[in-house]
Order: sequence, then structure tokens, then C-alpha cells
Amino acid sequence: MSKNELIRLDGITKSFNGNVVLKSLNLSVMDGEFVTLLGPSGCGKTTTLRIIGGFEMPDSGDLYFGGERINALSPDKRNINTVFQKYALFPHLNVGENVAFGLRLKGVSDRDVEKRVSEMLELVDLSGFERRSVTSLSGGQQQRVAIARAIVNEPKVLLLDEPLGALDLKLRKEMQVELKKLHERLKMTFIYVTHDQEEALTMSDTIVVMNGGQILQQGSPIDIYNEPANRFVADFVGESNIIPGRMPEDCRVEFLGTVYDCVDRGFEKNEQIDVVIRPEDIVLLEEGENSIQAHDRLLKGTVKTCLFKGVHYEMIIETGDFDFIAHSTVAEKIGMQMYLDIDPDNIHIMKKSSLETMTEMEYRLEHDPDAVMEEE
Amino acid sequence: MRGNKIASVPYALWLALFTVVPLVIVLFYAFSDDAGAFTMDNFSYMGLYAVVFFRSFRLAVLCTVACLILGYPMAYAMSRLSKTGQTVALILIMLPMWMNFLLRTYAWLTILENNGLLNHFLSFLNLPEVNIINTPAAVGLGMVYNYLPFMILPIFTSLTGMDESLIEAARDLGCNERQVFRKVVFPLTIPSMLSGLIFVFIPAVSTFVISKILGGGANMLVGDLIEMQFLGGAYNANMGAAISVVMMVVIMIFTAITNRLDSGEEGGVLMS
Ligand SMILES: Nc1ncnc2c1ncn2[C@@H]1O[C@H](COP(=O)(O)OP(=O)(O)OP(=O)(O)O)[C@@H](O)[C@H]1O
Ligand SMILES: [Mg+2]
Repeated sequence: MSKNELIRLDGITKSFNGNVVLKSLNLSVMDGEFVTLLGPSGCGKTTTLRIIGGFEMPDSGDLYFGGERINALSPDKRNINTVFQKYALFPHLNVGENVAFGLRLKGVSDRDVEKRVSEMLELVDLSGFERRSVTSLSGGQQQRVAIARAIVNEPKVLLLDEPLGALDLKLRKEMQVELKKLHERLKMTFIYVTHDQEEALTMSDTIVVMNGGQILQQGSPIDIYNEPANRFVADFVGESNIIPGRMPEDCRVEFLGTVYDCVDRGFEKNEQIDVVIRPEDIVLLEEGENSIQAHDRLLKGTVKTCLFKGVHYEMIIETGDFDFIAHSTVAEKIGMQMYLDIDPDNIHIMKKSSLETMTEMEYRLEHDPDAVMEEE
Repeated sequence: MRGNKIASVPYALWLALFTVVPLVIVLFYAFSDDAGAFTMDNFSYMGLYAVVFFRSFRLAVLCTVACLILGYPMAYAMSRLSKTGQTVALILIMLPMWMNFLLRTYAWLTILENNGLLNHFLSFLNLPEVNIINTPAAVGLGMVYNYLPFMILPIFTSLTGMDESLIEAARDLGCNERQVFRKVVFPLTIPSMLSGLIFVFIPAVSTFVISKILGGGANMLVGDLIEMQFLGGAYNANMGAAISVVMMVVIMIFTAITNRLDSGEEGGVLMS
């Protein structure tokens, strides 16, 4: 992957009917990168993509492509192609002519068109489908035609708006792998939209987490997962236990009344923070298990629920002040007393004051209104 | 399944009573003389009316083509209006259709008459007066005026119902505005144009009254001819039925050809 910046959004703001949808968005995409815009429904992912594609004009801010400002450039003049959410295949053209559409506009000779269309169809595993009607294809096949139709033009950038949204889980997983392979092979820049965090984690070089028209965090999947910038990111990307706490000193964190070792430093003395602990990082130990003697400060709790989730069991462990979600491959009996063992490496500290769009109160009202009411 | 069959009995009866039975009666009349004996004479004598057939057919084709040429741009312009604009335009198109047909046609008479509105207007502008009433042109004008909505409506519906993302996809793949129309919008409206052609051609080819009012005696059409066989001086129900049968066959052939064109589009290599 080369390190040149290809696309830059600089203070992009967009509103519809007085409704601000994008709030001064800044985003930089490197040449050849696989960037995923991830966020809940209505957060402005599609709008961002449409601005890059040229289908919406930003109200203010600048859009750069290879260093050139392209705010007013029409979509046909941008070296960008799109795979639309609902594929948008031309029903009056057969599969071959759909794929050939862009090439014919460029005046590529019939012979070359034929050759490249058949190459593309082979690439997306639809060899010999040239003469089929697009309406006779399954969802997954239509989706692959849509991809072939876009990449046959060899754009610098491919925009994909939830391209796998309509597919069943199995096909979805297969297509994720296919798309990732395609990206590696074509060395194009992919900007991918999804609200499926797992998909984002699997496929991307960079994830951009959005909410309410703003970017909350941008980073590699590992960074986003392990070092979420704030509660929202932690909650949206994977399941997590988020506990308010305090940093009495570097590498020491206090929460739920106990001080633990951790690996984070650089906080002010006694700074109020949020602690993130992923459910799979909690090791459940029974009373009397050997390792317990070494961890006399372990949290103790009662198993409240235990649900089978396929690969693992999901348990809620009640500790009095906080209900933990924990994952384990072993089921525990409801009502059992368990110890929660958490490695210092897996205790992630987030600053309170980071980019959060919701205030603490709004957030809690949305997620746990009862608790808020009780406090008052 | 049984329930469905019972439920469909009234409709089957209706069809039998009002479609099959009348058709059989018409066919019987067409192939018999006034004594009820089988004959082909009704068809062999029809050659006498070749001029009328030709005039009707020519006028219907011209009217249909004119409706397409006028109606497509109108439907397109309407589809580009705002939602309110579209509703207003639709009402304006439909409104005359709610007015009685005879009234509308007599209105044209007062406009086109030799001392009618048109000529008053022309002489007001110091232009030479025209003699248009009682010519095929006047009949054609009346027909286009009456049947134009049947062309506009299906095309308009198809244009406004078009998936916006198809247009965006075309732009995305490199079409400028004009190419979007030529390569995507127009081909996608072809089926609706074909419906429009059928909707206009069928009433146009069997038009009557318009030709009487605006065309005078000299521009008789097949519709008038049939009317004459049943109500006029030339009373001959057998001949009237035979002419109707011929018209039916003409319309069936026209519809079949149009449908063929439609399904031919499906393959889609036509417009590359
Ligand atoms: N053309 C439009 N007119 C009015 N409002 C719009 C328009 N397009 C988008 N919006 C609004 O902007 C907000 C963001 O929409 P957008 O489609 O970008 O969300 P999204 O993140 O793609 O959501 P989803 O995951 O549901 O697709 C939404 O509240 C939506 O209602
Ligand atoms: Mg969207």
C-alpha cells in the first residue's frame, strides 16, 4: 500500500431540510486503502459516500481527489465507481451489456469489450453469464454483476454501500472473503459502508466509526477494538463492559471499589475515566480453583443468565454494583458464585472527555433509563 | 382450489354472456345474408369501401405517431416538475377527459369553422384565413386532441416510477445527462410507449363522430361506415358486422406486432 493521500474531506457539512446530517467531517483516505465507514443507521454513512461519488453537493467544506478540489465535478467525470446498495443493474440490458456499459461509453472496441467483460465475469465467478437477463439472477449473483460493472472501468476508487446487506449470512461471509481478495488483487482504494461491526473488523485496513454525522474514531480494526476512543465506539464495536472509574496513578485503575493493575499511563492523577472490558477477556473461575490464591482482589459475582450463542455461552454475572457480560466456552450454572479474572492487558482505559457526541446523561438515558431514574 | 373455482363462476358467466355470446352473434351476422343463409358476400363487397378503410387506417397511424411525438416530450417535461407541479399537470391533462366528448368536439368545430375563432384570430393578425374545417386535417386534429392523454399517461407513469438509482448508476459509469436519457431512460420507457401506441391506435382507427363533426360528409371513416350500416340509410346489419370483424382483426394484428416489439426489447442488445 502506497502512502499517498488520495481522497480528503475537509470540513464537509451537509444538511437536508435544515437537518444537519454531516457536521464538519474531516477524513483522509490513502491510495490503495480499504476504508470502512461504520456506524448506526442514519449516522450519515451513505451521505458521505454520495458526496465522494458526486451525487450530493456538500453545503460547505472541500473534497479533494489526488490533491485536486472536486466539489463541483459531476459523477461521470470522477475516477470513482460505485456499487449501489440495491445494485441498480439496468433491467433492459443483459449481464454482459451491464458490465460493458462503462467501457462502451469510453468507446472501447467491441472486441476489447467482449474480452474484458468475460475476464471480469470470470473474476466474480460468473463465467458464461453474458447473455443472461439480470432479472433472472439471484441476489448474490446480481451483487457480483454490480461489482464487475464497477471495477471493469478500473477506477482509482470503488465505493460500496452495504453491498452485502441483502445476502444471507453464509453468502455474506463468502463475499466478504471474495471482496477482500479482490481488493488485494486490484490494488484499488475501497471505501466501504456497513453497519455490521464484524464485517468492518474482518475486512478493513482502516475503520472510521461515525455517529450523528461525526467521526468518533479512525484507526485499524485492532486499535478500534482494543483501544476504543469512547463509550460509543466501545459499545458499537463488539460487546463490552463499560465501567466508570478513576486513575489514582499510572498503570493503576480503581473501579467498583477496588484498585487494579493496568497498562495505561499518561492520565492526570485521579482522572475520571471509563474502563472497557471485553466479554471474552473475562476468565471465570470457580471458588477453590488453584489460581485464586494468587488473586485475592478478584471480583466476585453470581451467574444471573447463561445463553448459548453458537461458539460460546454468554453469561451475565451480577457483582452487586455492576452486571458483567462474559463469554465462555463452558456453561455455568445459574446462581453459581464465580470469580472474574481479568488480565491487566485487557483492562482498557478511555478518557471521559473524548469526542463523545452524546452527553453522559443522554447516553445513559438511552441505554439504561431505569438506573438513571432511580438515582434521581 | 375448489373455492376459487366457485368464486370464479360469476366472472365466467359474465364473460360468456357479454363477450362470447355477442362475438358469436357478430360473427354469425358477418357470414350470413339477410335471410340468415351462409355467405361470403359481405366480405367480397367490402372492396367498395376500400377508400374509407385506407383513410381510416392512414389517419389512425398519423394520429398515433403525432400523439407519440407530442406526448413523449410532454410526459418527460411533466416528470421533471416538482411533486405539486406534476399533480397540477396531471389534472390539467385529465380535466378535458371528464368533459363530455361531444362537447369537446363541437368546441373544436367553433374554433375551426370558416368564420370560427381561428380565422377571426388570423384576420385580427392580418394573416390570410385558412379553410381547415371539413378536411382530414381537422379530423386528425380532433383525434390527436382527444387521444393524446392516452399516450402521455403511461409514459409519464413509467418516467416517474423509474428507479432513481439507475440514473445515478448511469452517471457513475460515465454518462453525461444526454447519454443517461439515450442509454437508460429512453429504453426503459419503451414498454410504456408501446402501451401508449395501442391505447391511441385502437380508438383512433375506429373513430366516428369526430369525422362527422369536423370532417363534414367527405371524410367518412370506418367507424361512421359501421354506424351507417346499423342506423343510417344504408341499413345492412350483415355488412356492418363484417366490417367490424375486419376491424377487429386489424386491431389484433396491430396489438400482436406491438407486443412482439416489447418482448424483443427484453434481450436488450438493441440499444448498445
Ligand atoms: N435526500 C435526503 N433528503 C432528506 N433527508 C435525507 C436525505 N438523505 C439522507 N437524509 C437523512 O440524513 C440522515 C443520514 O442519512 P444516511 O443515508 O447518510 O444514513 P446512513 O448512515 O447511510 O444510514 P443507513 O445505515 O440506515 O443506511 C438520515 O437522517 C436521513 O434521513
Ligand atoms: Mg445508508
